[in-house]
Amino acid sequence: MTVQLNINGEESELAVWPNETLLAALRRYGYVEVKSGCEKGDCGACAVLVDGAAIDSCITLAGTMTGRTVTTVAGLSAPEELHPIHQAYIECGASQCGYCTPGFVIATQSLLDEISNPNDEDIRVGLSGNLCRCTGYVKIFDAVKQSAATLNQD
Amino acid sequence: MSAKPKDGQHGANVRFHQIGRRLPRTDAPGKVTGKTKYAGDYSMPRMLYAKVLRSPKASATLTRIDVSKARAMPGVACVLTAADLPHRVMPNDIPGQTGKDRLKTDNQILVKERVRYQGEPLALVAAESLSIAEQAIQLIEYELEPFPGVFDPFEALKPGAPIVQGEDNVVATHQVRKGDIRSGFQAADVIVENTYKTQFIEHAFLEPEAGLAWIDENDVVNIRMSTQVIEHFRFIADALGVPHNKVRIMGAMVGGGFGGKEDITIEVYLALLTKNTGRPVQMIYTREDSMFGHGKRHPFDIRLRTGLTNEGKITAVQAEITADAGAYVYLSPYVLLYSVTAIQGPYQVDNVHVDARAVATNNMYTSAFRGFGAAQACIAYEQQMDEAAKRLGIDSVELRRRNFLQTGDSIATGYKVDSAVWTEQCMDKAIKGLGDRPADEGPIKIGRGVACYQQSYGRITWLHDTSEAWVGIEVDGTVVVRSGVTDIGAGQTSALAQIAAELLGVHLDDVKVYHSDSAVTPLAGTTTATRALYMTGNAVKQAGEAVRDRLVRRAAHALSVDEEIIVLSDHRAYDVNDPDNGIELADLVALCASEGIHRSELVIFKAPFTDPIDRDTGQGRVHPDYVYGAHAIEVSVDTETGEVTILKSVAAHDVGQAINPQAVEGQIEGGTAQGHGYALTEDLIYKDGILVTPSFSEYLIPTSMDVPMQVDSIILESRSGRGPFGAKGIGEPSLTPVAPAIANAVADAIGSRILDFPITPEKVVRALHHIA
Repeated sequence: MTVQLNINGEESELAVWPNETLLAALRRYGYVEVKSGCEKGDCGACAVLVDGAAIDSCITLAGTMTGRTVTTVAGLSAPEELHPIHQAYIECGASQCGYCTPGFVIATQSLLDEISNPNDEDIRVGLSGNLCRCTGYVKIFDAVKQSAATLNQD
Repeated sequence: MSAKPKDGQHGANVRFHQIGRRLPRTDAPGKVTGKTKYAGDYSMPRMLYAKVLRSPKASATLTRIDVSKARAMPGVACVLTAADLPHRVMPNDIPGQTGKDRLKTDNQILVKERVRYQGEPLALVAAESLSIAEQAIQLIEYELEPFPGVFDPFEALKPGAPIVQGEDNVVATHQVRKGDIRSGFQAADVIVENTYKTQFIEHAFLEPEAGLAWIDENDVVNIRMSTQVIEHFRFIADALGVPHNKVRIMGAMVGGGFGGKEDITIEVYLALLTKNTGRPVQMIYTREDSMFGHGKRHPFDIRLRTGLTNEGKITAVQAEITADAGAYVYLSPYVLLYSVTAIQGPYQVDNVHVDARAVATNNMYTSAFRGFGAAQACIAYEQQMDEAAKRLGIDSVELRRRNFLQTGDSIATGYKVDSAVWTEQCMDKAIKGLGDRPADEGPIKIGRGVACYQQSYGRITWLHDTSEAWVGIEVDGTVVVRSGVTDIGAGQTSALAQIAAELLGVHLDDVKVYHSDSAVTPLAGTTTATRALYMTGNAVKQAGEAVRDRLVRRAAHALSVDEEIIVLSDHRAYDVNDPDNGIELADLVALCASEGIHRSELVIFKAPFTDPIDRDTGQGRVHPDYVYGAHAIEVSVDTETGEVTILKSVAAHDVGQAINPQAVEGQIEGGTAQGHGYALTEDLIYKDGILVTPSFSEYLIPTSMDVPMQVDSIILESRSGRGPFGAKGIGEPSLTPVAPAIANAVADAIGSRILDFPITPEKVVRALHHIA
């Protein structure tokens, strides 16, 4: 089946299987910045924004995406530019092995769209759908706070 | 401050320009924008997709396997069983070693007859699509006859038990006879005896195993892999029956390792399938594949008898250690050895007696995991210190203070530590960091615990560890480092860049590290054993110094000053007393190039080489050196529900010299979270060898909701280590003391101790109500 959707600002047409997940379809079309960690909705590594809200692409069918706008971690900013969230993750040392990072950056964007100045509890809850095994989350929290500060300044 | 800090300076550079700075890691921008490619992100034209068929049973005999239907399915390119393999078995030892006593670690690549664990591979499929490969797996017909299994190491030791490995299931033993244990106990006023048990633990790296293999025009088998160890290429070549120089393993940035990508995983399957089809083959594990596809952390049973005087001086330590090796040997003998070298703890003990064994069962095989046996030992000896303190009526911090090992004292194997031992300073800083103790509130009880540790860095000295690195400077003044080191997320390559930048007077961004290619980059050894910075960092430092010396010599000549007063910094070489008298680095390098002065250097760094320890007494040198530190924890325990909440976590480690303090903090914070899971929530449960917790829904690693409200990392720098600029290491040490500190805090809160991990709410409630 064919799905017409917007991916990272570009109108796209994907030929997908009826049972194919959005994760599998995106990766098959070269959006390999979307990572697969569990394929069960447990870890959040595959998170993308669909019409601005973070979802797990591993438990979303690609065939349901017609007319939707999908944003991956690479689509948050122009190709050679850094989004304030990217910048904050770099400066805070919030990425170690980096495999979970695309999902966390997406979850951060989704959280800050909802709550522009989150408190500690908001951040913990907002990121609770994403697993990280390297950082212990401490520097990720720092990065979310720095992102919020920068975005609220602009 | 017992050891003399080594001179951290080099040449005329009187202060560090790059080392010790909190610089964003060189790998960060690619990772946060999604540009970094991991092994599973690579693809090739005409690529096949591969899957593994695994045994659903833990102990069985494969009486029949028929792959004809799978082979006949359209779109299936290749199906392999044991009958199709040129070499059926493969060693799974540490690669690159030249020491004696090579282990007998052979395991079968695919099951020929005997299945020894659930998930053991029966067959491989490569097909035109993943979905065809999955369907073909379903078409393979096989019969597994039940074979008596054994699932507990103590059962496996009994006469008449089913034999999984060797003659008696004992795959490794170590013993220590230090001093005189009998007189040690005679000198004791009290003897404290407890048995501590730990569980199977999963690495749970977020990136499941992945790779892509192809054969090039020269018949070289190329494998792009997520691995900590590219030097398994030799074992892969042997398995294929091709020369060692015809297998090339390339790493990618690794999405987490923690020891779980140290052994051979999917590279042998990829190699066999590409060799048999002549086409590129991709294999990406699902999470479930990963759970069944790599070894776990050993469960340990540690019986400790500790003799102490009434004044709190330890007179004797006796340990009986039993580790569950699971179905195959892998690195069990080494993991066991680490537990033995650590069991005395960071304490001065003259009389030590250890009997340790690793026992085969039909559980999943166990192998490397951050902490490598020394972590399990710490869970035992640090809980034992608190139990001894309670028995003696001495404060547990004071008891530790009266026994700390100092520089020059000997560890369990008799080796005298010659670097700084700042355990006491670390303990004091960690405890102070907890601040004021809150009061209990009704059913919510507060508890505090501390744990100190000793953890090695660098590989076992009789494996004769080496690491090579190449450093060169281009004519535009940018720097290239070539090293086979794999980067598993701790900033391994960024640290090398920082070292090279320091030595050659450039900024971090001006250094490019090309890494982890077994055919092209100088072989650096494994990224394991807290050795990457120590070994490869030293190789890069020495190579960088050689290049630097030539640049300085030429600059001194050009500037008509002595070499000793030349500084390389900010892309310039200049007179330290007259900074205006200088030359741009690019001009200096061009000058060297035009005169044929060598602008690069290849260095091999060698760790201390020793003979093995004495088999009977366990005395001798095992490691290059040790790291010391402490972790303090404050918890609240809900005595109605048994729930444990970590409120404060303060770590203090002497890392020798932090190359990048932000990266060191990252290691400590990550190790803290892993220790948190180890103590409270993580438990791989095998019922008769069958895994009942195969996903993140059942196997619970800490989430953002579990992070303590206060997490502090205190970095001490003795500059006494054997690494570059006096560095020690922090990868494994960061995890080791966390779980026992939590256990001690829980015991402090509830007034009794739970001896078997993990400390679940059910166990807490039972302990509170004295229910057996």
